[in-house]
Amino acid sequence: MAGRDEPVRGTSRHPTSARGWDGRILAGILALAAIAILVGGAFAGLVIEGIRDLSGAIAAFDAYLGRIVRFTLWQAALSTALSIVPAIFVARALSRHPEFPGRAIILRLFALPLALPAIVAALGILALLGRAGYLASPLSAVSGGTWPGIYGLSGILVAHVFFNLPLATRFFLEALDTLPADQWRLASQLGMGPAASFRLVEWPTLRAALPAIAGLVFMLCITSFTIVLTLGGGPAATTLEVAIYQALRFDFDPARAVTFTLLQIVLTALVMFTLTRLGANAAIDSSLPVAQRKFVAIGTGEAVLNAALIALALIFVAGPIVATAAAGLEADLSRLAADPAVHQATLTSIVLAVLSALLSVAIALSLAAARQALAKRRAKRAGFVETLAGTGAGFVLVVPPIVIGAGWFVLLRHSDFLFAAAPIMVATVNAVMAMPFAIRAIRPAYDTAAERNDRLCAQLGLAGWNRAALIDWPVLRRPIATGFAFAMALSLGDLGVIALFGSDSVQTLPYLLLARLGSYRTDDAAGLALLLGLLCLALMFVADRFGKEKPA
Amino acid sequence: MRIKLLPMIALSLGLVAVPAAAQEKLTVYTYDSFTAEWGPGPQVEKAFEAECGCDLQFVAVADGVALLNRLKLEGASTKADIVLGLDTNLTAEAKATGLFVPPGVDTGSVKVPGGWSDDTFVPYDYAHFAVIYDSEKLKNPPKSLHELVDGDPDEKIVLQDPRTSTPGLGLVLWVKAVYGDKAPEAWAKLKKRVLTVTPGWSEAYGLFTKGEAPMVLSYTTSPAYHMVAENTERYKAAAFEEGHYLQIEVAGVTTTGAKNPLSAKFMAFMTGPAFQDVIPETNWMFPAGKTDKPLNPAFGKLIVPSKTLVLSADEVAANRKNWVDEWLAAMSR
Repeated sequence: MAGRDEPVRGTSRHPTSARGWDGRILAGILALAAIAILVGGAFAGLVIEGIRDLSGAIAAFDAYLGRIVRFTLWQAALSTALSIVPAIFVARALSRHPEFPGRAIILRLFALPLALPAIVAALGILALLGRAGYLASPLSAVSGGTWPGIYGLSGILVAHVFFNLPLATRFFLEALDTLPADQWRLASQLGMGPAASFRLVEWPTLRAALPAIAGLVFMLCITSFTIVLTLGGGPAATTLEVAIYQALRFDFDPARAVTFTLLQIVLTALVMFTLTRLGANAAIDSSLPVAQRKFVAIGTGEAVLNAALIALALIFVAGPIVATAAAGLEADLSRLAADPAVHQATLTSIVLAVLSALLSVAIALSLAAARQALAKRRAKRAGFVETLAGTGAGFVLVVPPIVIGAGWFVLLRHSDFLFAAAPIMVATVNAVMAMPFAIRAIRPAYDTAAERNDRLCAQLGLAGWNRAALIDWPVLRRPIATGFAFAMALSLGDLGVIALFGSDSVQTLPYLLLARLGSYRTDDAAGLALLLGLLCLALMFVADRFGKEKPA
Repeated sequence: MRIKLLPMIALSLGLVAVPAAAQEKLTVYTYDSFTAEWGPGPQVEKAFEAECGCDLQFVAVADGVALLNRLKLEGASTKADIVLGLDTNLTAEAKATGLFVPPGVDTGSVKVPGGWSDDTFVPYDYAHFAVIYDSEKLKNPPKSLHELVDGDPDEKIVLQDPRTSTPGLGLVLWVKAVYGDKAPEAWAKLKKRVLTVTPGWSEAYGLFTKGEAPMVLSYTTSPAYHMVAENTERYKAAAFEEGHYLQIEVAGVTTTGAKNPLSAKFMAFMTGPAFQDVIPETNWMFPAGKTDKPLNPAFGKLIVPSKTLVLSADEVAANRKNWVDEWLAAMSR
């Protein structure tokens, strides 16, 4: 795991050709520049438009804002804690049982919620826990009286955990996978029990990964919109994102929207800063692994406990997914399958998702490389570019897509380029929004690989393409595939951007789904949700196959 | 999850367009459910193009609010000849932009409840807001807004948020029209019956048809869809004694469109049978102009509001923010 701020060892400052470093840093700077242009351009557009009337921005700071900021932070903090803590233990259980039956399927399933539009997930959860849900009658019996459903804070939390627990589990697992097999062998040789091995082997790695994963989940929850409004039970549950949307969409007050967005970024930055205090710098074991397999001896008691933990998490995640699929099966699937609009949307979705994911992985790799390269170079404190490449770029997640869309519209409105811009914007914005996920999957492995192999490569004079093909690719292909899968799932389910640029030129599956839902065609929408889920699983399967390590 | 922000996030400002054809062209900005394959757009386009021998191009954004925003941003250089899909709550603001001109056609054939006197915008369809209920779950639906407000808190209703949705704003105006200054008290009582407040119509109606609540705010015309497309009379509109608030959808000619002779042709076409016949079973609204075909009998089974409630566009424009804040305060308590 990468030391966040400290050079891991003094010896890492080794002789390497300056040219090689510059290439990495240049790639990172290019990636940052692309992000800066995307976000900065949008802000510029809105600021130019909004500067004429600042009254909305000034009037923005009132008691209402105070209330929604409190609620936004509170629900996001709770959602994050409830997602992260169980995820640590589920990931650990999965990591200790590499042969767990159905493990690969479970992991694929865990990336699925990300691909579901929020309203589909909300309906899936309500199909179980709502007032008319499958579990309503047993719950009524238990609670005495009529089951009131999960509207209110509880509903928001359940939905956020549904999205984020599986996400965090996969990322924690990814972090645990960077532990060299030798450590497991050593732990086993020293006769460490599960408690000792958790404390001494697993926890340091998990803790180092914690701030970034918690930060990612927090950002997803702080910007929650549809879930918060739909399941929140009333306007007392309102997030800043709702206020941004309202300011831009209903009142068209760019100054106010920009003010709220900046506030959202500042609040997130404060929380992220606090989170980094929870983390720790773990030294990366830079020696090459000798052992090939994981040596973990697990007692029956622990095995049962782990299995129970995995089963619980699986039920929680799979429940709403199964409910969604069941609803989808009731739709007129043969008619949908023959519908040219569905074919077109499916194709558009696949092309956009794959393009966005490729771009996203490229940006993530560039940023990881630049950060690592800069971390090696500097004396003590992280420089500006390094900090940006490390954590700063992740903040794009809290810039609402509607802000980016509206800002660019303002900039391009009088140019003919506007019409060609829609598909480009969709792919780019999706890629940038998915980048924090890709980076989360890729960076730990990248840093570990760099730490282990940089000196060796320098000694062997391996650089550039040869090094990438011979040294980096074999260890990075699995994390890259994970990052790719997440970026793809995210782009598949995305609507924020699509909706902004969608209309006639870029109609994707989620767009079509919502259009059907918006014109009484609930069954069609359920069928399309099933199709979207299957498509996501299929693409995930391909990505996994691609990322599989060759047997050693 | 904001990433899936969605329906609402819908197009605030859509970006669309297709390269121009050589023939004469008319550009109409509208909302995307109008141009959807099952919406009125495709049939309207075909009929008008056959009549005028020209090219009719739709540019679709999310809804009426997005239409107005887009127009404001484009200003006088807008490519829109006609903007179709504003509702009466937006016309005052739309007029204030100075971007609309009188349509140059006779609107005498237009019929909407309460009559039509606006000289800039022309109505093409209308419907009243209504509480739709599930007759299998609710045996005694409310007979008035008062009964809805004072009724059994265990029988829930799903509403839309007036900060983000048109029906949501519609109910705020409806309650205002009935309760006047007492609206906050009414909302405080109604709050107990509200299951949840969704960002848009789709989410609310989805929860309702999933059986989460026996009532939802929608339109008097909603049951017609279920009768025609699903052959069921299970979902009904509750007729309220105080009357129902009216939504009228209108179109207007822009300053750009004033230079295009096709604009006036389209406006005349819009109020005629070729356009109006398409509306009921694609937009699920009542036609505002002359039709040739009789309405589907399902429309005859719908409730007819005893009284039409409507606040003037100017009054709405002047007070919308305060009234929404009032709603927010009462509902957040």
